[in-house]
Order: sequence, then C-alpha cells, then structure tokens
Amino acid sequence: MSTATLPTRRDEAWRYADMDGVARLGVAALDLWQAIDVDAGESVTRCLIVGSDAPELHRFRVTLGEGARAAFFVTNAGQDYTRVEIEVRLARGAHFECGGVTIGGGAGVTREVVTQVVHAEPEATSNQTIRAVHWNTGTGNFLGEIKVARHAQKTDAAQDFKGLLLEAGASANAVPQLEIFADDVKCAHGATVGELDEAARFYMMARGLDPATAQRLLVQAFIGDAFVSLDDEGEREALLNAALSALEGAQL
Amino acid sequence: MLTITDLHARIGDTEILKGLTLHVPAGEIHAIMGPNGAGKSTLSNVLGGKPGYEVTGGSVAFRGQDLLALAPHERAAAGLFLGFQYPVEIPGVSNVQFLREALNSQRRQRGEEPLSGGEFLKLAKDRAGLLQMDMDMLKRQVNVGFSGGEKKRAEMVQMGILDPSFALLDETDSGLDIDALRIVGAGINAIMRSPNKAVLLITHYQRLLDVVTPDKVSILADGRIVETGGPELALRLEAEGYDSVMA
Repeated sequence: MSTATLPTRRDEAWRYADMDGVARLGVAALDLWQAIDVDAGESVTRCLIVGSDAPELHRFRVTLGEGARAAFFVTNAGQDYTRVEIEVRLARGAHFECGGVTIGGGAGVTREVVTQVVHAEPEATSNQTIRAVHWNTGTGNFLGEIKVARHAQKTDAAQDFKGLLLEAGASANAVPQLEIFADDVKCAHGATVGELDEAARFYMMARGLDPATAQRLLVQAFIGDAFVSLDDEGEREALLNAALSALEGAQL
Repeated sequence: MLTITDLHARIGDTEILKGLTLHVPAGEIHAIMGPNGAGKSTLSNVLGGKPGYEVTGGSVAFRGQDLLALAPHERAAAGLFLGFQYPVEIPGVSNVQFLREALNSQRRQRGEEPLSGGEFLKLAKDRAGLLQMDMDMLKRQVNVGFSGGEKKRAEMVQMGILDPSFALLDETDSGLDIDALRIVGAGINAIMRSPNKAVLLITHYQRLLDVVTPDKVSILADGRIVETGGPELALRLEAEGYDSVMA
C-alpha cells in the first residue's frame, strides 16, 4: 500500500498529530513500515527509546502466529513531533504486550503512541499500559484501537492509559476505540488524566526530599507501570532512565 | 530547641492559631492536648510547612534558625521530623528507596556524605527491628496496603532512620491497638529520649502518655496554649475533661 498524499486531521488516526511535523516527515517516510512476523509459539520483545530534535515516525506491522507473543516497550521522549505506531494481528492464542511512555515538555511538541490491535482469531490476549507525562505546552497522545473479529471468541484485551500533567498548558489525549464483533470476550479500557499528588509530594518533602527528587520519584512510580511486565532489568532501567532524563532538563 | 512566639496562622479566611507561644528545650518531651478544633493539627502543619496555611504573625525559632523561612525539605534537613496523623500512600515507590533517597537528600543538604546501599540497609534493618517490623515490609510500597497500625509503626521506623533532633508527632497514637501502642511508644522513647533531642507529642488521650512519659503537658484551646503543667495535668484532663480543667 502506498500513501500518495499526507494524512489530514480528518483521518481518525491523525486527529491529534502535529500536521506541521507530519509535513516535515514527508510522504516517503509514511510508507516505511517495519514488518515483524512471529511464527507460531515464538516470542519477540522490542524495546525502543525514540525521540530527537527532529520529527520521527516509527511504524511496525506485527503478525503473530498461533500462540506467538510480541512485547513492545517504548519510551517516546521526542523534542519534536514523534510518533510510534504499532499494528498487530493476533492468531489463535497469541499475546501482545505493550508498555509505552510519552514524556516531555517544549512549546507545543507532540508525542504519540498509536496502536491497532486486531484479534483476528479466538483466545488471543493483549495488554497495553500507556503513561503520558508532560509539561510546558507539551502533548502526549495515545490512540488505541482494538478490533475483535466475529469468531474471535474468548478474546481478552486490556488497555490502560494514564496522563500526568505537571503544568497548566500541557495536555494529554486518549482515544480508545473498541470494535467488537464477537460476543464472548473481555475488553477492558480505562483513561484518566491528572496532576501530581500534592499530598504525596508534601509527605516526601517533609522527609527531606528536595522538590526535584520528590517529583522524579513520583514520576518514576507513575511511568513504572508501563514497564513492569518487562523482565529484562537492564532494558527496563534504560527505558526508565531515558524517560527520567527527559524530566531532568525540565525547569519546573 | 523550639521556640514559638505569638504565632498566628490561618487557612483561607479562618484564623486558627491566635497567638500561640510555646518553648520546648532540648531533652524535653512535651505533650499537647486539646479539644477538637483547637488548632493542634494546624500547629503541626504550620511547623512542617504544609502548603495552604498562611502565617500572619509571630515567629518560630528552631535550633537558632527561622523555621518558617525554610522549605519543608530544609526543615527536615535541619532536624525536624513531622509524624503524620494520616501517613500518605505512595504507590510505586518502595520504603527502602524512599527512605534512602530522603536520608541522602538530608545528608547532602547538610554537606554530609551519602550512605551507600549497604550502609543504608544495615541501618534500616536495625531501626525496623526496634519497631518489630520485618524487612519485607520495608521492601513494600510506601504505606500501600498497610493497616492503620502498620502505617504508624512505619512512621516510627522512618523516624528511627532519619534520626531527627526534634519530632513533632501528630496523633501518632490514633488507630493503634494496645500492643501497637506499646511498640510505638517504646520506639519514641528509644529514638527520641535524649538530652539533645526533643519531642512535641500531639494527642487526645492519656494512654500514649502512659508509655511515653511527658516532662510537660500543655493544653491548646482556641488557637492558644492556655495551660502548661507536668504529667499530672494530662491525668486531670482524662479524669475531669477539658471544660472543667480550663474553667
């Protein structure tokens, strides 16, 4: 499939994108998909730390065979428009795990995690945990689509998004989209956006933590959820540290 | 060690502390009792530096420093420990990490070397033992899933680790059963009973004072200290009630 023209905001999947950033990426970049096929019973884990001071687009098309498993863990700390997009098709009994963090400030900088999870066959499971932490006028978006085919009974799909805004002016958008055609399935989704817990911050300061350290610990705890299912401790630390180092430069 | 002079404070338009004066020298355990709404928690929050309170008059000197000019974390580093009536749950942060960061943050502020992981764990284990708390609890998330009594015991473990020179304990005895009360009381004695430390113990009941014998007892009513006496004052309050003692 070739994308002849740039998408517009009218396209649901690009509704909150930074169209100027998309234009700077150019049409050619939109055609670059990384295909990942995981054979029956096999397992793949991908850890991505993305983001620079130029627009980035990372698109994955994942096909899972019977009982196969794919896990994606993403820290998106772009300082310009940065979008990570994962399309997954699950065969019978397959599992897709996704932990994603968007983090950053900047003037109107947008970071996105976009997933489309297709439960094409019965008994497949998916679990997505996305966290967004933003300040200045930075934005984090999560667009998560779950499609359950008519015969994909016993599907178990979960999606959880939480946004944490450290300053007025920052924003987080969550667009859960569930399209369910089977009748014997579990699909859970939740989305909340809030501020830092002031009671916790005061408690920490009362124990001697300076404000920046208290904030770092609270943010670390908040985004940690996204990476708990990653067993590799080294990778987990790297993802967390990449996210927290983005916070370090923040003047809050 | 702590000298509060004519302190006035309010929340919004409501004046709560109306000229409170109190001196707590080193070596003293001073209990504050008082009816509901007298300003006990406001006093503790103002001394700890909790946002939302406005000091409109008076001063607080702590070990020669102007306490009210310090941010909450600077007050902690200066040696003040605020025991919370309702300790806050912090999901995702373990007690060990929290306390190590807190202690080292205090040490940095005082120009001392941070403790290594090993040194910290040794200290934590020792202090947890004092409060009969096992290390597994310290590895759990801060106060998450702790019962009321466990939270208060954890507060005392924190106090033991941070080793403050002054502890301000706001109803540390609330929510404790008899055994936990004894353990917490013994902890306060072990950690804070010293000639160069002091404690301000805010409580409603005599029962904690049976374990932690105060040197002085003051009654706080309507934003002021209205009477100060020895331990017998608490006993009189327990027997006769505030109305009769303050009349």
